[in-house]
Formats: sequence, structure tokens, C-alpha cells
Amino acid sequence: MTMPVSNSDTGSAGVGEHIWRQIIQKHASQPGGLLPALHALQDVLGYLPDWLVAEVAAGFNISRAEVHGVISFYPDFRSKPAARHILRVCRAESCQAVGGDALAEHVRRKLGCDFHGTSSDGSVTLEPVYCLGLCAQSPAVMLDGHPHARINPEKLDRLLAEATQGRGTAKQGESL
Amino acid sequence: MTPVTVYVPRDAAALAVGADSVAKAVLAEAAARGTPVKLVRNGSRGLLWLETLLEVATPQGRVAYGPVTSEDVAGLFDAGLLQGGDHPLSQGLTEEIPYLKNQERLTFARVGVTDPLSLEDYAAHGGWQGLKRALQIAPEQIVEEVTQSGLRGRGGAAFPTGIKWKTVLHASAPQKYIVCNADEGDSGTFADRMLMEGDPYCLIEGMVIAGLAVGADQGYIYVRSEYPQAIDVLNQAIERATSAGWLGNDLQGSGRRFHLEIRKGAGAYICGEETSLLDSLEGKRGMVRPKPPLPAIEGLFGQPTVVNNVLSLGTVPLILAKGAAYYRDFGVGRSHGTQPFQLAGNLKHGGLVEKAFGVTLRELLYDYGGGSASGRPLRAVQVGGPLGAYLPESQWDIPLDYEAYAAASAMVGHGGLVAFDDTVNMLRMARYAMEFCAIESCGKCTPCRIGSVRGVETLDRIAADPGKREQQVELLRDLCDTMLGGSLCALRGMAPYPVLSVLQHFPEDFGLAAG
Repeated sequence: MTMPVSNSDTGSAGVGEHIWRQIIQKHASQPGGLLPALHALQDVLGYLPDWLVAEVAAGFNISRAEVHGVISFYPDFRSKPAARHILRVCRAESCQAVGGDALAEHVRRKLGCDFHGTSSDGSVTLEPVYCLGLCAQSPAVMLDGHPHARINPEKLDRLLAEATQGRGTAKQGESL
Repeated sequence: MTPVTVYVPRDAAALAVGADSVAKAVLAEAAARGTPVKLVRNGSRGLLWLETLLEVATPQGRVAYGPVTSEDVAGLFDAGLLQGGDHPLSQGLTEEIPYLKNQERLTFARVGVTDPLSLEDYAAHGGWQGLKRALQIAPEQIVEEVTQSGLRGRGGAAFPTGIKWKTVLHASAPQKYIVCNADEGDSGTFADRMLMEGDPYCLIEGMVIAGLAVGADQGYIYVRSEYPQAIDVLNQAIERATSAGWLGNDLQGSGRRFHLEIRKGAGAYICGEETSLLDSLEGKRGMVRPKPPLPAIEGLFGQPTVVNNVLSLGTVPLILAKGAAYYRDFGVGRSHGTQPFQLAGNLKHGGLVEKAFGVTLRELLYDYGGGSASGRPLRAVQVGGPLGAYLPESQWDIPLDYEAYAAASAMVGHGGLVAFDDTVNMLRMARYAMEFCAIESCGKCTPCRIGSVRGVETLDRIAADPGKREQQVELLRDLCDTMLGGSLCALRGMAPYPVLSVLQHFPEDFGLAAG
């Protein structure tokens, strides 16, 4: 379909107007198409900028408030760009049962930010996630869409080093 | 030379511990040695502590090795991997591993055995038999068969599936829908994910049968976004099933039609609640709806809708293929059939164990789970997800069936068990239950939206100030009572259960005398 672009501060600069217009148009006629549209828009733009809300509202013939309401309801949708890498650390019970809290503490210190924040060097956005379905191999994390299980602080440091040094976990958002 | 078949799972649980690099290493090693292999990326057998579980087809049967990392592969080849040779990682014949051998795999019969996307494999292992039969009998008969099987909603509510279908069948409307709830958000559960990734055609077949039964020609699978691998497999499976005429405008030349679409969630736990899921599917905020009207009468886009869990729908093909009586004969009391239990948390041998209802927690924790991973004594087990009760050892011999658990103020739910050793602080777990509810509340009902926040504060006060403990605990009970009675949806109305179970079974962690 469309080329993914960097979800860095450049925002929508790399994405032509015709691309996001096409996405809105495609999903506006689909029953319940707003969520698929928002997913697709975020996939190409990296986030859902404020100016887009009015465009989506016009395309779907609903109010801007409704679009904003949907975006703000779902944790997956972001109104601000994320860092180049997104680390999601499971905070749910199964991971808590085997050192998940200690791992979360380690990550916070290591990245110098809290959950929902971005690391002090701007390279990693840290998010909580409530279950990745890898509960028999807790603790689990997801880095740039790739699942990793049986994680401990050392393994996590290694994963982050590989990712931020440009090796491994190449994925959408990293291609440019 | 005929290539030897080697199986390396593609299940997310295997990918998460390096299955892709194992698969690559196998191909590279085989090429370097000039021995052809046929690599199959199967689902997971569910012996998750052994992932990556590599298997080799031998004349005696499949031989398992695990847990394998890419560094082990050369050594495995040296040890005669392709002949099923001996090696420290060898687990012997897969089917003879007691963990697997002692299960009753009905819903998960094919998972881990077949190539999930191979239509040939699916057909060769009993696939499409249920649908073929459904195409030949009347809708009422399909519904009757499912009713007679005793199948109840495996998502947690345990409502009889056949009754739900009957309601939709008898509703008259221009359009009806089948919606699969694949928003498996409970910690300690992964059976839906494993079935979708390991046997996607089984779910597709179940949904088509549901469509034929109630007169719906459109289905949606609402999958959580945390499961990208499942979404990918399902999309490919739908494409292939459509090409082969198992989906589309003319099912196997019958003139009947059924279309299926995947919809991705967006990280909201509450969308696992069926009415909230329907709002989300309609492109709205996932707000809970009051019931009645039941979704079976007024569901998606206001039309009669069957909303079933992945495991319920995935069990339907077997019921149609083998008959209601076959399935009904498993289980105890009014809990018929099997439940894929998920062993998680602090357990040595975590994984998927499909057993007939009636098995006890103790059997699952020790005979299968092997006790704690930490080596310390197990202390508490949460059964049925974040809204399920924490059970102490004194409750571990209750047979796992819906009624026996309800009698103990607990729930089987989706069959997930999260085990904790004796280092767990149960006051903290109670606080987490309230905190989770506060984070995930859709905000519609005040007792849930505000009550959960007050619950966290009250638990913090209990922890901080021993002087006011008794008074605050009283307040907490009162709050739980309001939440139980004053919230619209089952999910939120149940959030106090873990808290109350901690108060009941682990009062010492609140600084209270044991009751």
C-alpha cells in the first residue's frame, strides 16, 4: 500500500496529501470504518496530528468532537509523535508474579523517563501494556512490534542497545 | 534424498524467544551439510517452557527438542537431529511427553501439529467436516446440535452458546452478524492467541457454521492490537479460505454466503466486554451499553448479533463433525466439554493444558505446572483474569467447573491461572486490581470510574496507617459492594472480586487477624 515514514518529529512532512485523503476516503464508506482509518493514518503518519481531526471528521461526516473522542479513548492512538523506537513493557499480573515490577523500575532508570514518556536521549518511547499474551514466559516486552519473553534487565539492555545502534528489529518507522 | 521435515513454531510465544533465528539456523546448517530439510512453521504445542520447541519427523513419530536456541542448532545436527538422535535437549517423542499426552485436546487438537496456513493440512486433520455437515442440515438442527453439546461461552461468562444462537436465529432482521471476540486482554490468558495463530481455519470454520445456523452472512473478528502475529495469520488464512471457496459468495457450491473481516482493536481492555466491543466495531469509543437489549436482539449496527469468544467458535466445528454427545461426555455437572487452561505466572512449566472440566487447580499447578519457577512455595493463584478471585491453597482442590467455582465466589473465566509464590504482597495485588480498573474503565458508570480511584486511595491508607486499618477496610468493603451492584457491565461489576478474595483469604497482608 503506502510507504511507511519515520514517526519522528518531521511528522507528516514525508506523506503526500493524496495518501491520507485516500485513506480517509477508502474507510469513510466502510461500516464502522473510523478505527481502521485511524490505524491506517497512524501507520503512515506515525501519529494523528491535531490538524487531521478536522479532515477525518469531514470525510466521515461526523463532528470533530466525535473523532477526538475516539482518538483519546484508545491508548494505541497518539496525538504526538513517538520516538524512533517504542518499548512496551507488560505491567499485568503474570509479569508481576516473576519480577515485572523490578524490570519496570530498571527500564525507568535506564531510559530516564516514566511510562508514557520518552527517554532522555529521545530514542525510545516507553509505554505500559496490559498483557502481551506471553504469560507463561513472563516477564514480556514488545519492542517495535516484536515480542520478547523471559526478559530480565540484562536481556532488555541488550535488546535496547541492538535497536538503538541500528541493528536488529528493523521495522516500520525505521525504514527511512 | 527425501527432505526431512523439521518443525519450528511461528507462534508469538516461540518468536518471543528466538524461533525465527532457530528456523534460519536450521536452514543454514542443512544447506551447509547438503542435507535437504522441509521446514514447517507450525503453531505451538503449548509446552511453553520448552519454546523454542523444535520437532523432527521420524518413522517413529515426531521427536521434540527444547528449549532450542540458534546456538544449539549445529550441535543438534552433530547429534543426528534429522534421525531423531539423542541430545541433552531431546524430549523424546512429542506425543509421549506426559504434559501433552495426559491432556484432552479437542479444541486444540491441531494446534502445533499442522502448518496453520496449509489448507491441505487442515483438511487432512479433520478440518471442514463440521462445515460440510452444517451445509447439509437445517439451521435449527445446527443450533440444536450446539445446544445439546452443552457448550458454554468460553470467554468467561459461560452463557450457553446454543441458546444465544437460537435467539439470533429467531430474530427477524434484514441483516445479522457473527462477531468473534478476540480481545483477549486478561493477564494469564493466551489460548485465543494460540488458536488464531496455530489453527486459524478452525475459527473461520466455526464462524461460517455460526453464520449458517443463525442466518448471518457477515462476520467480524475483533482482535486486540497487541497480537500482530495473530492478525497477520488470520488475514492470510481468510484470503486462502476465500480462494478455496470456504468463504465468499458461494460456499462450496451451496449458494450460501459468508464474508469475514478482521478488525484491529486499539489497546482498550474494556473492548473485551461484548457491548463495548460492538461500539468499537461501529467506529466509536468503546463504551459499555446497557442490557437489555441483548446483542442477540440488537447488536452490531442495531442488528441481531452473535458475539462469541474465539474458543467457543473454535470448538463448534468439532461438535458438528463428531456430534453433540461426543463433546458433552467430557466434563462434570453442567460444565460440559473441555477448557483450555493457561498456566502462567510463577510456574516452572507454564503452558496450555486442555482438560475436561473437573480437574483441580492443584493438579494443574503441580502435575502440569511443576510448582513454582522460583522454587519457593506457591501462595496464591488468580483464576479467571484481572477480575477473578485470588485463591489460597485451601481452595486448590475444588474441581474446576463453573458452578463449583461460583459457589466459592470465584470464576473459571477464560481459564487463565496466574500463580504467585510466597513473596507476593496481596495488599499490593488488591491495589493493582483497583488501579487496573481505574486505568481501563470506560467511564460510563460512576462506581467504576470514581470508585476504582477511591479504592486505590483506600488501599494506600490501609498500607500507610495501621491505626485506621479496621475503619478503612470497612470502607473498602462498602465500596466493593457499591461497585458490584452499581456498574453496568459484568467486567467492572466484577473488579471487586479480587479485592474481596484477598480480604477473605489473605487478611494477614492487610495487617488483620486471619478470619
